[in-house]
Amino acid sequence: MRLLKIVPDNTNIGFVKLRGWAFGLTALLTIAAGVLVGVRGLNFGVDFVGGLSIEARFPGDAPLDDIRTRIDALGVGDAQLQQFGPKNTVSIRLPLPNSTDPAATNALVGKVQAALAPDHVILPFDQVDTVSGKVSGELIWKGVLAVFAAVFCIALFGIVRFEWQFGVATFVSIFHDVLMTLGFFALTRLEFDLNIVAAVLTIIGYSINDKIVIDDRIRENLRKYRQMPLGELIDLSVNETLPRTVMTSLTILLALLSLLLFGGHVLRGFTAAMMLGVVVGTYSSIYVSSSLLITLGLDKSRFRQMTDATDKKKAARARAERIAPKP
Amino acid sequence: MLDFPRWKIASIIGILLIGILLSVPSLMPESTAKQLGLGFAPKINLGLDLAGGSHILLEADTADVAKTRLANMQDTIRTAMRKATPGPIAIGDISTANNAISFFVRDSQKLDAAVDLARTLTQPVGTSGTRDWNVTVVDSTRIVMTQTQGGIDQFIDQAMTGAVDIVRKRIDALGTKEPTIARQGSDRILVEVPGVQDPTELKALIGKTAKLEFKLVDTQADPAKIAAGQAPIGDQLLPYQGRPVALFRQAILTGSDLKTARQDYDENNQPAVAIGFNSKGARAFAETTQANVGKPFAIILDNQVLSTPVIQSPILGGSAIINGSFTAQSAQALAISLQSGSLPIALKTVEERTVGPGLGADSIHAGIIASTIAVIAVVLFMFITYGRFGVYANLAVIINVFVILGLMALLNATLTLPGIAGFVLTIGTAVDANVLINERIREERRRGRGVIQSVELGYKEASRTIYEANMTHAITGLIMLILGSGPVKGFAVVLLFGIITSVFTSVTFTRMLVALWLRRQRPQAINI
Repeated sequence: MRLLKIVPDNTNIGFVKLRGWAFGLTALLTIAAGVLVGVRGLNFGVDFVGGLSIEARFPGDAPLDDIRTRIDALGVGDAQLQQFGPKNTVSIRLPLPNSTDPAATNALVGKVQAALAPDHVILPFDQVDTVSGKVSGELIWKGVLAVFAAVFCIALFGIVRFEWQFGVATFVSIFHDVLMTLGFFALTRLEFDLNIVAAVLTIIGYSINDKIVIDDRIRENLRKYRQMPLGELIDLSVNETLPRTVMTSLTILLALLSLLLFGGHVLRGFTAAMMLGVVVGTYSSIYVSSSLLITLGLDKSRFRQMTDATDKKKAARARAERIAPKP
Repeated sequence: MLDFPRWKIASIIGILLIGILLSVPSLMPESTAKQLGLGFAPKINLGLDLAGGSHILLEADTADVAKTRLANMQDTIRTAMRKATPGPIAIGDISTANNAISFFVRDSQKLDAAVDLARTLTQPVGTSGTRDWNVTVVDSTRIVMTQTQGGIDQFIDQAMTGAVDIVRKRIDALGTKEPTIARQGSDRILVEVPGVQDPTELKALIGKTAKLEFKLVDTQADPAKIAAGQAPIGDQLLPYQGRPVALFRQAILTGSDLKTARQDYDENNQPAVAIGFNSKGARAFAETTQANVGKPFAIILDNQVLSTPVIQSPILGGSAIINGSFTAQSAQALAISLQSGSLPIALKTVEERTVGPGLGADSIHAGIIASTIAVIAVVLFMFITYGRFGVYANLAVIINVFVILGLMALLNATLTLPGIAGFVLTIGTAVDANVLINERIREERRRGRGVIQSVELGYKEASRTIYEANMTHAITGLIMLILGSGPVKGFAVVLLFGIITSVFTSVTFTRMLVALWLRRQRPQAINI
């Protein structure tokens, strides 16, 4: 049986040569994403802005205009309707009643229920979430903290296990991945909630995974080919790991695709974010983080010294074994 | 590479078998598990988003605490000064404005005694020597008592411990299945009840302070003054049926004098709550009713007058009936609240999430389908890419799925909807280790190395990368677990388990399979 080879053997693509273009394009896209987030903003879910969110199901296609008219007639504030996934499901978002009485929220849910009853809305509602402004503020803060802590810890790991240039390059490309994902959410207006924070953290984890594999190969080659210029060496390392990078990205995309198509509508935004993250993360591993090592001026001589030291240790051990051979 | 001792093979297979067996009880319906006598076995908990149910986060009304303590201290001061030895200390102009108690001592000779007495009413906080109230003298005759933050914090802490207990008692009384009641942070309680679709009743039950008091109605009070909102000295005004009534501040009975409370019916066959007093309560009630036949008293719940029955004859039996306009359900809820005692602190709902059982079931269904399709797609893809080595990797992935479930069951972890997503992602990433290994073997073969040496180098070189890469992945998982809340946490749990088990199955287990095959066949060439 002939096996499938997605990437041909011994590729020799000049990634480093293209880095000027890649940096330009990346910078452009990143700025665009940043501007988009700044101008359009994210469509935050109740997790982050507080409020009431009801997910209602109807026997047939949900009559959006009619629902809006009826809820507006209640005079309970500006309702936001959103349809995602199946056509019979609608998410209704309302501001929380301006009252300290705990029963007020229940009364509001009851009012919406009564208003929609003529449409034979399926009861009980599929999901009712109420988050007070205080809690939502904390959730935002916690989410931001988690993302920053993750990026920071990983950069630290890169610096400790490799050289500082690896840490910085990883940090920059992770930042890029996160910003691109946020840009995607600003563009599509998909709801940004706690699940998406989990997705962003996963993208960070995955993207790092990808970069470590390439960094590891660069480190290995730095020891193996001491005379090779850095640019050539990075190209060689990226090319050598290219089959793995493509193969793994494809399997993950396959798994995510099944989740997107069959996993139910609740996780749709989550899965979309992750699929985008895998693509962006793979791109930034190949083009951004490794090429950035040249710009940052990775010092090859340190690796030479390190290998010299390990070589000496090895030689000493070999000598010792020659004198007293192992049984 | 080929050197795989028998004990190692046995222990690898043993570990994986245990993992798979542990997952079995979670995969079958509860009734089947019970029939097979596996009801005791550890099972994975389903999160509320999958099982359906209500999640309610309650927060203590801490602003209220300062006010309540102020009012209590005011009463305590009044009583203490009156009962002071050797003689009463006359005080005046007592006020609770500006979050402080302030009063002046009429006889300046007694100022020092009054200050000493006020100090004895304060409590030490912690071990630092501070007390819960500061007592100071201003304008030479005025004593001002202010609350310290330490005192308020300590009060909240104690009140919260009590509140958690009471909330638990109330929910247990409902007889719901496996509720979670946990204190969160300094001033919050998390309540999770699977299966409850309408949290309204639940919230009404747990949020009710249920402070019950019996007080005599002051029939001597001037109706004109009451109407004007002026309470006679020693009285308080509470609204009843739209009009204020004057009540003596001193309560005959409070909720803490109750022994039992249950839902019952009154003489008109209306739902009511029957209560029984403890011996102290029974005595106090008997004495007061004997002395006040023909006069009305008020039954007050959470500062709302429920009814003002007239005492027909002394009530000596130690029991009474509370009626108001109850339904059977609200009487039942009140009985539960009274039985469990009053909340020492007012609680309000700050977060509430309810998932209908329909959506939960749909989500599980969709999750299982998505996971199955993901496994099939990845398995096929791996097979056509790596042939025999792909089959080994696939075995590892499939076993990995069961081992993660088994490990989660063993640790009684909770599976949530994002957890299922984590699952599917794990399936995708689990093959990464094998992709790394197999690509490395291909590379070594291209360089012209022998079969066994290529495989050996492939595993050796790739393992280092695998550990390094998974370390960073685990770091993000840990951060999600520590800092995350709700869905982020549920996702992190599965991700972490997935990282641990996938490294084991995709490196150690496949290596064993490959070694066994190489040892038996000794192939001259491999198709990879």
